[in-house]
Amino acid sequence: MNAIPSSGAIDCDIHPSVPSIDALLPYMADHWRDTIVQRGVHELETIAYPKNAPLTARPDWRPEKGLPASTLAAVQSQALDPFATSIAICNCLYGVQLLMSEDMAAAFANAVNSWMAAEFLDRDPRLRASIVIPTQNVEMAVAEIERWANDKRFVSVLMLVMDENPLGRRLYWPIYAAAAKHGMPICVHAGSAYKHPVTSVGWPSYYSEDYAAQSPAFHNMVSSFICEGVFAKFPDLKVVLAESGFTWLPAHLWRLTKFWRGLRAEIPWVDRTPTEIARDHFRLTLQPVDAPPDAKAFETLMEHMGSDEMLLFSTDYPHHQFDGDAVLPEGLSPGLARKIMVDNPKNTYPRLQ
Amino acid sequence: MNIQVLNRPSDSAKNKAKMAIADCDIHPSPKSMEIEIYPFLEKRWQDYLESYGFIYRQGFPNGPAFPKGQPDAARRDSYPPNGAKPGADLDFMRAQHLDPNNVQLGILNPLKSGQGLQNGDFAGAYCRAVNHWQIAEWTSKEPRLKASVMVPFEDGVTSAKEIDHWAGDPNFAQVLLLSRTAEPLGQRKYWPIYEAACRANLPVGIHAFGYGGTPVTGGGWPSFYIEEMVGHAENTQSLLASMVFEGVFERFPTLKVILIEAGFAWLPALKWRLDKIWERNRAEIPHVTRPPSELIREHVWLTTQPMEEPEPKEQLLDTIGWIGWDKLLFATDYPHWDFDDPARALPVKIDKATKEDFFLNNALDLFGLR
Repeated sequence: MNAIPSSGAIDCDIHPSVPSIDALLPYMADHWRDTIVQRGVHELETIAYPKNAPLTARPDWRPEKGLPASTLAAVQSQALDPFATSIAICNCLYGVQLLMSEDMAAAFANAVNSWMAAEFLDRDPRLRASIVIPTQNVEMAVAEIERWANDKRFVSVLMLVMDENPLGRRLYWPIYAAAAKHGMPICVHAGSAYKHPVTSVGWPSYYSEDYAAQSPAFHNMVSSFICEGVFAKFPDLKVVLAESGFTWLPAHLWRLTKFWRGLRAEIPWVDRTPTEIARDHFRLTLQPVDAPPDAKAFETLMEHMGSDEMLLFSTDYPHHQFDGDAVLPEGLSPGLARKIMVDNPKNTYPRLQ
Repeated sequence: MNIQVLNRPSDSAKNKAKMAIADCDIHPSPKSMEIEIYPFLEKRWQDYLESYGFIYRQGFPNGPAFPKGQPDAARRDSYPPNGAKPGADLDFMRAQHLDPNNVQLGILNPLKSGQGLQNGDFAGAYCRAVNHWQIAEWTSKEPRLKASVMVPFEDGVTSAKEIDHWAGDPNFAQVLLLSRTAEPLGQRKYWPIYEAACRANLPVGIHAFGYGGTPVTGGGWPSFYIEEMVGHAENTQSLLASMVFEGVFERFPTLKVILIEAGFAWLPALKWRLDKIWERNRAEIPHVTRPPSELIREHVWLTTQPMEEPEPKEQLLDTIGWIGWDKLLFATDYPHWDFDDPARALPVKIDKATKEDFFLNNALDLFGLR
């Protein structure tokens, strides 16, 4: 980790976890507190990260008791201090988006944000967060963004890559309008609301396939954002793809651009190549790297990316993506490392400046 | 992707000198279902079809969920002068494609073939009819063309019987599936297909499209045809992950899979990702004893159309290097609108031997026709 700049790295994707549903009760209205107790509402952990699956937490980041990353002390000593992190953005993956009731989802989203502010943001000045929103109801989602908009520690808006509808669809645009108005990128994170099978050929047998399917879902959503014309409507909006991998991006853009040349009459508002649009509007977090087997191939891939402004440093803490402090892939030049760790995040999140 | 109709002069002497190619994705159509398919379909199923039509896992019986970019998804110049549909007239196909492009081997991939029909018995009967039709109208008349064994793939046992029925028949070069299945293709209900294909020594082609009923993204239905088209690559990645993690290639060590019309440049990044996931989750999938990248290298081929077009175009060489030049099979997708012209498809210069492998020999070797 000798590549860490003296100003400290900006980690754009860490995952403090809600220790239990009880921790959210103080942040809920009486009705929802009663509902959760009386109906015995279960923990909203999801199959995207089974509690004891190897990927869900690094062995040395698992506490003896309780969930990984569920206390401030753990986040500080495991995610912030070892990487000399100056700022880290918390993306809470509690399963709010999976709920079927819009009202319940709105109550949980607000409780998670309130909990995040009180338990983490208030207690360590290095921490920032993405606003969890109830995508089940766009009006409610916008209201939740507005509720936190004046709190500059909330720097982006969190959505899962697999929601009920492709994320470029116009029904979501009020969310993007609100985010753009307040200078927040949309953070599209791996995961699913599980309203559809994670693959386009149905439910898979193994967790390994579920995690593999996250990557194709990101490809689909890059297509959706571009083809629907989100960036023609919101020219200042940036979309951060988090825990997406990134080595797939060049090939996907080659394909999308080729089809755009043949089919652009269908989407006339896309008036330049998808590759150009993607370089202006999409940013991708570093981990997981899904790297080729050697440094030379990694360098070649960086050339294929065609931009040194797209990658954002992340540890994906506490997920097990790397061991020790080997968070930077082989083949990453010191100059690019500095951009990834400091400059690119600052240029992506206006609220970090 | 040529959608402009260019009237290039055809010089038959020059064509003779052109390098021979294999085209691993040609789409034949019947001139008329009644005239060409019905002779091979029991009266019972003819009546059924007249009453109920084609019922798939999609709402439109006679059209795609996303209207295509061109009528019949066809090249505008591919309509035969005799009024037949694109791909329905052998003489015109010879004159427009097989002769001028010096196609030495053409693999027929019929699309409206009974696959994906919800009524399983009807699907089986229609596939059988289409298999007979491919011989009667195409391969018996044109030795450069080889047929695909169409199978009602949602019923693994019936599919295996269909493959056994045609095993050893030199008219057929492969078994054909569509990629949009009801379940991921690695799942056990499909294993009888792979077992029978290995028994018959036929590769299994998996062509983009189909009728699985599941949204084409894991996050719901997109709005546009372009998203569906591009999404075939993502769909194919998921089915390949399924085949790897379910242990299909370990269970059927002689199985050869051809991924057709789903692009190929995505493969290296997928292999890297699957290797990493495999390493992390060995305990979940102990039946997968080798890295996914090795299994894919050994068992999977890909057709080239629609070929990705990087800028600068030389980057395609890096990507093909990561895949292996021996794993790509040239294809045009004739007569469809996104046809790749063999004279222009490969945007980079390569040496003569590699070029011959890419355009011809890889396919001859895979299909055992060298």
